[in-house]
Amino acid sequence: MKKRDPDLLLLHAPLLRQGMTTPNAMRDVLYALAPATVASLWFFGLSAILVLGTCIAGAVLAEWLFADRETRGVSLLDASGILTGLLLGLTLPPGLPLWMAFLGGFVGIALGKVIWGGLGHNLFNPALLGRAFLLATFPIAMTTWVPATGDGGFFSIYSGNLALPFMQVQIDGMTAATPLGMLKFEQEVTPLANLMFGKTSGSLGETSGLLLLLGGVYLWLRRDLDWRIPVSILLTVVVFSACLGLFDAARFPTPLFSVFSGGLLLGAIYMATDPVTSPVTPRGAWIFGIGVGVLVMLIRVFGGLPEGVMYAILLMNAATPLINRYTQPTVFGRGAESK
Amino acid sequence: MKALGFLRRSFEHGVHPAHHKQQTADLPIQRVPFGKNYIMPLGQHIGVPAKAIVAAGERVKRGQLIAEPGGFVSTGLHSPVSGTVTEIGDFRGVDGRFAPAIAIEADPFATQQVDAGAALDWQSLSLEDFIAAVQMAGIVGMGGAAFPAHVKLSVPDGVKIRHLLINGAECEPYLTTDHRLMLERPEALLEGAEIMRQKLGAEETVIGVEMNKPDAIETLRKHIQPGQPVRVVPLKVKYPQGAEKMMIKSVFDKEVPAGQLPRDVGVNVNNVGTIVAIADYFLRGMPLIERVVTVAGPGVTYPANLIVPLGTPVRDVVKFCGGLKPGTREIIMGGPMMGRPIASLDVPILKGCSGVLVFTEEETARRKEYPCISCGRCLEACPYFLNPSRLARLSKARMFDEMKALNVFDCVECGCCTFACPSSIPIVQLIRTAKDDLTHRKEPDA
Repeated sequence: MKKRDPDLLLLHAPLLRQGMTTPNAMRDVLYALAPATVASLWFFGLSAILVLGTCIAGAVLAEWLFADRETRGVSLLDASGILTGLLLGLTLPPGLPLWMAFLGGFVGIALGKVIWGGLGHNLFNPALLGRAFLLATFPIAMTTWVPATGDGGFFSIYSGNLALPFMQVQIDGMTAATPLGMLKFEQEVTPLANLMFGKTSGSLGETSGLLLLLGGVYLWLRRDLDWRIPVSILLTVVVFSACLGLFDAARFPTPLFSVFSGGLLLGAIYMATDPVTSPVTPRGAWIFGIGVGVLVMLIRVFGGLPEGVMYAILLMNAATPLINRYTQPTVFGRGAESK
Repeated sequence: MKALGFLRRSFEHGVHPAHHKQQTADLPIQRVPFGKNYIMPLGQHIGVPAKAIVAAGERVKRGQLIAEPGGFVSTGLHSPVSGTVTEIGDFRGVDGRFAPAIAIEADPFATQQVDAGAALDWQSLSLEDFIAAVQMAGIVGMGGAAFPAHVKLSVPDGVKIRHLLINGAECEPYLTTDHRLMLERPEALLEGAEIMRQKLGAEETVIGVEMNKPDAIETLRKHIQPGQPVRVVPLKVKYPQGAEKMMIKSVFDKEVPAGQLPRDVGVNVNNVGTIVAIADYFLRGMPLIERVVTVAGPGVTYPANLIVPLGTPVRDVVKFCGGLKPGTREIIMGGPMMGRPIASLDVPILKGCSGVLVFTEEETARRKEYPCISCGRCLEACPYFLNPSRLARLSKARMFDEMKALNVFDCVECGCCTFACPSSIPIVQLIRTAKDDLTHRKEPDA
C-alpha cells in the first residue's frame, strides 16, 4: 500500500524573491517624506494638516471611486493614492482654500492615473498633474504665499484655507514672496541658511532643503530610488547656474541658491524619481535628469515664471517613452566591442 | 576601464539572493544504500536519446553499458546497479512527459561491486579516441544543463582553446555538491583537469570559485602540484556567476558574442563534477553511474550531501534523509533559481540533477502581483542586458514576434528578473512561455 504523498505544487523557479514589494516601496517614500511633513506642521501650523489632509482625502476618494468593485480594497492598500495626495499637498501654498486642495487631489488621481489605466500605466506624474490643474484653474490662489512661522502660533489657521467653494478668494492680509519670486521680481537674495532650515515662505514641503535631502538619503539606502535622476538633475542645475554666474554673478542665482530654493529638491528627489513616469533604462535616467535640470533653469532664468520644476518634470515625463526607446541597453555579446 | 573590470572579478548586473548553504555546507558526502527499483531514462542529456542495447529480463552488472549513443550529440548509459532489466518502456520524467527509459530491479544479494575496467592509458589515446571514450562513458555537464561533455571537446579546425575553465562557482542557493567535491576530492579534480587540459592543448587551467567558499579555494591551492599550470580564481559572490558566459566575463573579461560558444573566445568551460567524472573514468575505469546530490530546503528532515546512483527515485533519496516534514508543498530538482519542480516522488535522479530541494508553505506562498511600475530593477538585474520589463509586457499581450527583435532568445532564463521584481511579476516565466511558443508553434499552411 502506497503511503500518501503530499500534494505538490508546480510553481516554476525561481522560488526566491528579494524582500522589497511595490506597496512597501511606496510606503518607504511616505516615511522618507515624514520629516519634511512634520516640518511643514512646525512652520505652518494647523493649516498644513488641513491642506495635506484634504489633498490625501481627494486622492484616496478618487482612487476608491474609480476602482473596480473587486479590487477596490487592494488598490487602496498599495499606498500610491496616499503618496500622490501627500506629494501634491506638499507642493501647495499653505493658505490655499481647502476645497481647491481636495479638488487637486481628486483630479490628480482621476486624470493623472485612473484614466490611463491605473498604477503603472500613467504617462505623467499624478501629483504634478493635479498641481498643474490647480495652477491653471486658480492662478491667484496658487501663487499667494503666506509667511512661514505664522503670526498666531500652531492653532491659527490662515483665513484663505476656509474660503467657501467657488466664492471670491480672499487674498490673505499678510503675504510674502517666495525666495525665487523675490529674486526674480525684486532682485533680493534669501540667505542660504534660511533656505536650508526652512525659514522662508513657499509651498508646504519645499521650505526645508535639509530635511528633504535626509529623506532622499533614506530612500537611496533602501534602494527605492534611482539615484541617477536626482544626481543628474542637481548636477545640471549646479553646472548651469555656475556657468550663468560667470557672465553676471550679481544678476543670476548662485548654484547653491538654485539647488535649495523652490521645489527643486522636492521635485528632484520625490517627483522626478517616480518610477512609473521616469525612464526605465539607466542611460535614460541620466538623459531624463539632465533634461529636467536644463528645463528648470531655462524657465527660472529666462521664463516668465519664478518656478519651473513642475513644468520641467511634466515635459520630461512626456519624453520618457521616447527616451526609453532610444536608450535600450546593449545586449551582452552584441556590443560593437565583441564583433 | 577594461583593466578595472578585470580587478573587479565579476560580470555586470546580477542579483544577490541569500545563499542558504549553511544547511549542508559542512556535511561530508555520504553514500545512499542501494534500493530496489531504478529507472534510467534514455534522454537524460541535451541532444538525441541513447539507444537501449539490453532487453527486458536480461541481467546487468553495475557499470555495464546498457544504452549506446544515439548520435553525435548523445552519450552512453550504464547500469547504476547489478540486477535485472524489468522493462523498457515509457516512464514519467522530471518534466512530466512520458519518455522511454530502462527499468532495472536491483539484485538484493549482489555485492554491487563495480567491475572496474583498468585505468585507460589516456595519454596515448588520440583526440578522436579520447572524445569517443568520453562519449561512451556517458559524461555530461553535471552543473544542471547535462550537455554531453565530448561535444565541447570536439573543436572545429582553426579554433584554438587556450584556457580550460573549471566552474566551481555554485552560485545557486542551497546547493553544496561542487563545494563538497572540491573539499573532499581535490586530487581527483586536479587530475581530471590535467587530463582535459592536455587533451585540449590548453595553456592553463583556471578554477573559478565564489568567495563564499574560502575553504575550497584553500584546499585546491594546497593540492596544486608545483609546476602545474593551474590557477584558482576567487570570484565575487553574485548570481549567476556560474553561468558559463558570465564566468568567462568575470575571469577573462571577455564577452562571448551572442549566438557563439565559449570556444570562440578560446575557452572550454566545465563543471567541477564533470571534471571529477573524467578523472574517475580515465584513472579508475568508473563510468558515470552515480553523482553527488544536495538534499536540502526547509521541508527535509535531515539535509545531506549524498552520492546517489543514477535512476534512484526521489522517494528513496528523501526517505534516506528522514522523509518530508509536514507542510511540504514543492520539490525542486536542481537549484531554486533555475531548477524544475517535480509532480511526483517517483521520478528518478538524472545525470544533470545537482539538488533535491524541498520547500514548505512559507516559501511557496504566492505573492500578490502588482502592475509593473517601470522601476527598472529587472534591467539592472539582467546579466544579459535585456529589457525584461518590456519582454514581460509583450508576453502578457502575446506579442511574441515582437519579442524576437528584443533578443528574447539571448535570455538564458537565469531568473534574476523575477527575483528582483518588487511587483512580483513572473517575468522569466512569461519569457519562457514566449520562447516555447516561438520554438514549438506550427506555422499556418500558406
